[in-house]
Amino acid sequence: MTTSSLRTWWKTVIGLVLTGLMLFPVYWMINVSFTRDQDMRASPPHLLPTNGTWDGYRAVLDQQLPYLGTSFLVGLGTVALTVALAAPAGYALAKLRPPGGSALSFVLLIAQMIPGIIMAMGFYAIYLNLGVLNTLPGLILADSTLAVPFGVLIFTAFMSGVPDELIQAAVVDGAGRLRTFWSVVLPVSRNSIVTVSLFAFLWSWSDFIFASTLAGGGDHQPITLGIYHYIGNNNQQWNAIMATAVVASIPAAVLLIVAQRYVSMGVTAGAVKD
Amino acid sequence: MTPTTQTSAAGRAQGAAATAAPPEPPASRTRRPSRWLAWGFLAPVTIYLAAFYAYPLYRNVELSLREYSVRSFVQGGAPFAGLDNYRTVLTDPAFGSTLLHTMVFTAASLAFQFSIGMALALFFHQHFPLSRTLRALILIPWLLPLIVSASTWSWLLNSDSGLVNAALGVVGIEPVNWLTSPGWSLTSVIIANIWIGIPFNLVVLYSGLQAIPAEMYEASALDGASSRQRFWWITLPLLRSVSMVTLLLGLIYTLKVFDIIWIMTRGGPTGSSATLATWSYRLGFGNLLPEFGPGAAIGNLLIVMALIAGLGYIRIERRQHP
Repeated sequence: MTTSSLRTWWKTVIGLVLTGLMLFPVYWMINVSFTRDQDMRASPPHLLPTNGTWDGYRAVLDQQLPYLGTSFLVGLGTVALTVALAAPAGYALAKLRPPGGSALSFVLLIAQMIPGIIMAMGFYAIYLNLGVLNTLPGLILADSTLAVPFGVLIFTAFMSGVPDELIQAAVVDGAGRLRTFWSVVLPVSRNSIVTVSLFAFLWSWSDFIFASTLAGGGDHQPITLGIYHYIGNNNQQWNAIMATAVVASIPAAVLLIVAQRYVSMGVTAGAVKD
Repeated sequence: MTPTTQTSAAGRAQGAAATAAPPEPPASRTRRPSRWLAWGFLAPVTIYLAAFYAYPLYRNVELSLREYSVRSFVQGGAPFAGLDNYRTVLTDPAFGSTLLHTMVFTAASLAFQFSIGMALALFFHQHFPLSRTLRALILIPWLLPLIVSASTWSWLLNSDSGLVNAALGVVGIEPVNWLTSPGWSLTSVIIANIWIGIPFNLVVLYSGLQAIPAEMYEASALDGASSRQRFWWITLPLLRSVSMVTLLLGLIYTLKVFDIIWIMTRGGPTGSSATLATWSYRLGFGNLLPEFGPGAAIGNLLIVMALIAGLGYIRIERRQHP
């Protein structure tokens, strides 16, 4: 082995250690989810799930499926609403450049900075009067506010890169603007649709503040509330709590594996916009 | 070049009327289609912003200016109270300490997230086997639902059977009541928040590092600069605007943090880890008798802070991309 390749292997080892340190809490969550109740308070704690149990996961299947189902529905609804609102807006801002467009972009940027607690309180007051507290559409609407401004900014950035010639060609062929948008711009913007959908789903899946204020008293409660009630009622059964946490993390894990490049595209485009 | 079929007389009239509109980028190569059409594409989002951002915000301001009871909250007719709610909040003995907690929480989180994120970005910017994969894996804490991270940290920091105290015991340190003693609760939630924020800082700073041309480093290496000199004289200055953006976005996000603190400590014990966000939530939703007015007033103070940070962010962004 040459010295230089030895040096890069050392770096890999250090990288593995650093990654291991960062991910240790995640490992611990998985470990605890398999730990038997009687081993939970062992001292020193068992670092490996020897004598592992599936009890925690059995509890998830017994008690948490309705919560998971609600989260899934809310996530899909949020994705659909977000893309439907944000994609046309992104197209208009990127390619049609109407007067007042830059002011609208500015408003969208500001909208992302509003703390969730303030939105939650306003929504609560409105929903109470409208009678839509504890409903799925109500929660979907509120969750979409997490993703719509981000979605418009991502679509704008991405669609600016769609060649004008492509759009012109469609127009020359006699397609109206709506048809151009639907059959030319949207198909070539697939990557940005994936990115926006992933983040919209993940954010609504993770939402706790809207869930607890707008859906906390009803039949349709998402998984974040499932975990929250678990911690409150049931703080002896940490394997069940952690098993629920592991299951609730699956969308994030899938997202990371399947859509890695979209994730970093979303982070950087969301942070350093043009 | 290509006359669009949609350009109607109405569109032209609208175009003439809109010459006083804010400065626009020069007309694109395609002839600009009707402005009405563009706003047709924008109408859904505009209506949405008005109904689901502007109106809740307006309701929140209204909440903070009236004296609501549970009854009047449902039925309406709460008396106008002027700035009473703000006065109540500002003169509350808890206000000073909560503001201080918010500032300490934000400053400590930012300092550690940024410096650890920067160190990791520099490390992963080197080429070595598995670098890409490991960098992707480090994103996990950022993608996990906050309730998952918060409950995992709650268990790690548990006084009796948490792993952290067990590890401290091995080196002979007495167990610490991380979440249940007023002296440690704020530190505990800061630790969890730092962990969650590191990946974001890593990704953004890493993308900033990639934008620095390699020739800069090659030239300085020829001139005999040490790696430390290269960091201080090339990396840091060229990363300045990206760093500012990272820190300001971090500031905006950290001011908003609510889930982690609420789930780990509910702002307690005795308010020792309460921030403006958790205090506002506690007043509005955390008690049997909600105090929406003062809760909304705190929320509005928080939004002013977030907006000041936000305007700073936009200023820097504008300077970067004129």
